[in-house]
Amino acid sequence: MDADAPLLAVDNLTITLPAGRGRTVDIVENVSFRLDGAEIMGLVGESGSGKSMSALAIMGLIDAPGARIAGSIRFRGRELIGLDRRALRALRGAEIAMIFQDPMTALTPVHTVGWQIDEQLRAHQPLSRAGARARTVELLGEMGVPDPRRAADRYPHQLSGGLRQRAMIAMALSCNPSLLIADEPTTALDVTVQAQILDLLRRLRQDFGSSILLITHDMGVVAETCDRTTVLYSGNVAEHGPTDALFRQPAHPYTAALLDSIPPLRGTRPRRLPSIPGAPPAPSARPPGCPFQPRCAYGHVACETRPSLLPIGAQQVACVLPAEGRALPPRAVLSA
Amino acid sequence: MIGAVLRRLGQTVLVLFGISVLVFLVFFATPGADPTARIAGRNASPETVAAIRHQYGFDRPLPIQYLHLMDRLFITRDLASYVDHGEKVVPEVARAAPVTLSLVGGAAVIWVTVSILIGTIAAAARGSVLDRALMMAGLVGISIPVFWLGEVANLITQSRFHTSWMFSWVPPLGYVPLQDGLWAWASHLIIPWCTLAVLFIGLYGRVLRADLVAASGEDFMRTARAKGLSETRVMLFHGLRTSLITFVSLFGLDFAQLVGGGALLTEVVFGLGGVGRLTYQGLVNLDLPLIMATVMYSAVFVVVANAVVDLFYLLLDPRVRDGR
Ligand SMILES: Nc1ncnc2c1ncn2[C@@H]1O[C@H](COP(=O)(O)OP(=O)(O)OP(=O)(O)O)[C@@H](O)[C@H]1O
Ligand SMILES: [Mg+2]
Repeated sequence: MDADAPLLAVDNLTITLPAGRGRTVDIVENVSFRLDGAEIMGLVGESGSGKSMSALAIMGLIDAPGARIAGSIRFRGRELIGLDRRALRALRGAEIAMIFQDPMTALTPVHTVGWQIDEQLRAHQPLSRAGARARTVELLGEMGVPDPRRAADRYPHQLSGGLRQRAMIAMALSCNPSLLIADEPTTALDVTVQAQILDLLRRLRQDFGSSILLITHDMGVVAETCDRTTVLYSGNVAEHGPTDALFRQPAHPYTAALLDSIPPLRGTRPRRLPSIPGAPPAPSARPPGCPFQPRCAYGHVACETRPSLLPIGAQQVACVLPAEGRALPPRAVLSA
Repeated sequence: MIGAVLRRLGQTVLVLFGISVLVFLVFFATPGADPTARIAGRNASPETVAAIRHQYGFDRPLPIQYLHLMDRLFITRDLASYVDHGEKVVPEVARAAPVTLSLVGGAAVIWVTVSILIGTIAAAARGSVLDRALMMAGLVGISIPVFWLGEVANLITQSRFHTSWMFSWVPPLGYVPLQDGLWAWASHLIIPWCTLAVLFIGLYGRVLRADLVAASGEDFMRTARAKGLSETRVMLFHGLRTSLITFVSLFGLDFAQLVGGGALLTEVVFGLGGVGRLTYQGLVNLDLPLIMATVMYSAVFVVVANAVVDLFYLLLDPRVRDGR
């Protein structure tokens, strides 16, 4: 394996699904990003921007009939696209783990939480039943589940949403994966639990050196948690960059608009948060040029062709404005 | 726990009471059902008829007659048929029950095993030729009338190819009790078992496949795959295990109604003197004691089967266990 290769390198990932009557639609187009060891990267974007699809592609879990996945997804230098099932299975759950948005439905209702964690452990490690259970209880304890021994014997419906999500995280981490993909892990939880779970994710990086791909549509979560951020808009990367740089001076009007929609942490809250007018185009109705152009206040003729990602400073942006010398102004620094 | 058992017992008694009253009233409301003439014979003198009427208590008010009937059915168990020279009906049902139980039990083992196999394989191979072929076969199985299938099976195994090596082992029609030897018992029943199972294999296979396909879109199936489990393990331990809950409830109902006499056609075709045939015989002869006995037996079975299904529910679905 390539020692210098980044942990995860996604290049020009394009996901195409059949759309009936022989037509196809590109759900995700030419998405590229990379993730290094012990790094938390945020993948943000409105609903429908292709965040979950990208994550599932990394896991090799897109099973829609007729789906085509092009580009390259390399994990420690090893190409995952087209990898045979057996090799992919050995990676899944062991090297790359995923936690899902809704802990209510993501666990099998008829097995105890402990059973489900044991199952994952034993799928990848030569553990006895008792050995697996001991590790499970230990993991649940580490995830802050009170009385982990008893919790392991409970069924998902007997646990609160927060505990269930902790159990999900314990399960995902059971085999010490080097990459954790968390698809909106806190969306279904209430605010205090949300904060606890995010805290837990941050500690994972510290204690275990895990890298996390954190999918969210909440810029507040990104600000608190992520080292770097990739902004997706309608299946395309709008902007990449270190989180603080991106928050200080967003280079893409869409990023700026997303940032404007965060309620301020201090001071008076505005009566209404500014929101971006309109809705993102459906993947099948994306304009040939910049996908954000129809909603963009700065839209002009140059936007009629699809912009490619250009570096500006530490950031990369798919927008013509900086090149035209009309970069967006820096924002009042958000003290998080 | 004791409370639950008592509640269920109470329900059973109530159900039995309701059904028996209904059967009783319908019987006496049926024109030409008067059992006196039947018992007395065609050319009986009016005196004989009157004597019989008095002897059997047909001249008493209906509620008394009802109580009397119930007493003789459940307490003294010497209720006699109105036809057939007054044969006792309780032993008759007791003789028929093992036949039906053997028939239906064996068929159930076959249909559950085969339909789980077919349903799971079809769901795993969703959209393939194999899937379509299996589901077509299931549909054919559902559409074939069981008596036709039974007759054809008899034609092949009893006469046409009976001498060939394939079917020379098939014994003549009829039932041999288990006490006479396992093979004697089973060999008499194998063809009836398969015949009865065909319909249910088709039905259950298709239902299970649909359930499994629906389950494959569930979040927890995706989680299971994300854990790095093999497709087979995901299918069996997560998909099938969850889908079994519907399967069991369906099974409980079908099994109960078959044991209660619903396997009539199979029993007739294969010359098995089971409960279905007995019920039919009672109905044809308008023989109230026999009808009452078989209906009560069948009702008890449905109630018991329901209780067993509920128990299985508790075992299979932890959410039910917590009363949700
Ligand atoms: N099986 C499918 N067939 C066709 N289109 C699909 C399918 N699954 C998802 N899509 C489309 O793909 C696009 C991206 O979906 P995805 O689930 O990745 O969005 P997301 O960014 O995760 O949104 P959310 O924040 O709502 O989870 C959406 O427009 C969705 O309608
Ligand atoms: Mg999503």
